[in-house]
Amino acid sequence: MSDVRLLTSGFDPAAELSAFTAAHPQAGGIVSFLGQVREGAGCEALELRHYDPLTLPAMQDLATRVRGRWALDGLLVIHRSGVMLPAEPIVLVAAAARHRRDAFAAADFAMDHLKSESWFWKREKTGGQWRWIEPREQDFEDIARW
Amino acid sequence: MSAKLVFLGRLEELAGTDGISVDVPLGWAALLAHLEEHYTPDLVETVAGVRVKVALNGALIAEKGGVVLAEGDELAFLPPVSGG
Repeated sequence: MSDVRLLTSGFDPAAELSAFTAAHPQAGGIVSFLGQVREGAGCEALELRHYDPLTLPAMQDLATRVRGRWALDGLLVIHRSGVMLPAEPIVLVAAAARHRRDAFAAADFAMDHLKSESWFWKREKTGGQWRWIEPREQDFEDIARW
Repeated sequence: MSAKLVFLGRLEELAGTDGISVDVPLGWAALLAHLEEHYTPDLVETVAGVRVKVALNGALIAEKGGVVLAEGDELAFLPPVSGG
């Protein structure tokens, strides 16, 4: 089973990863990725917006695609929406598998697709001003690898 | 009789609101004309452009030019995403 969540308030990545690990004792390897709000460059806050009818259903579809492509014991996808401060977690992906290669690849694939295909819109606050962030060319190159 | 338009991401800034109500029935051309009358040319040009996708009642529409809004519909304008 996959655990896919869209959260509108903060979460504790260490506690989530600990619970995920405990739930999959049969997995020989667990690979996780944590994305957090980057500190510096004058960033005061980051806001992610989502659209209820699309965002979570598409995250669940992505999890299904990941499960269809790699042999996993478990998959965790947690994504924040709302306003976050520097150093706060945005996204946590963890894949549990018998062998590490499947876990690495599944987490990598899930992150590339969350970044470039999920229904989120991001804006950043610097110098008291909010500014929408356009997708980066790198995100499209990342997804083309798959 | 009305339907709802939802503006996501920076479209909200261009429209000055996250959503509006429109009278129905309303086809795509009439919808653009309505936006042109009440909002900025920038908004009309952007929502009509290839980079903005649309979802009708939560389902993505391949050909937005064919959309006709009916009572209770929700049409969302989706600019390029930037998650993670």
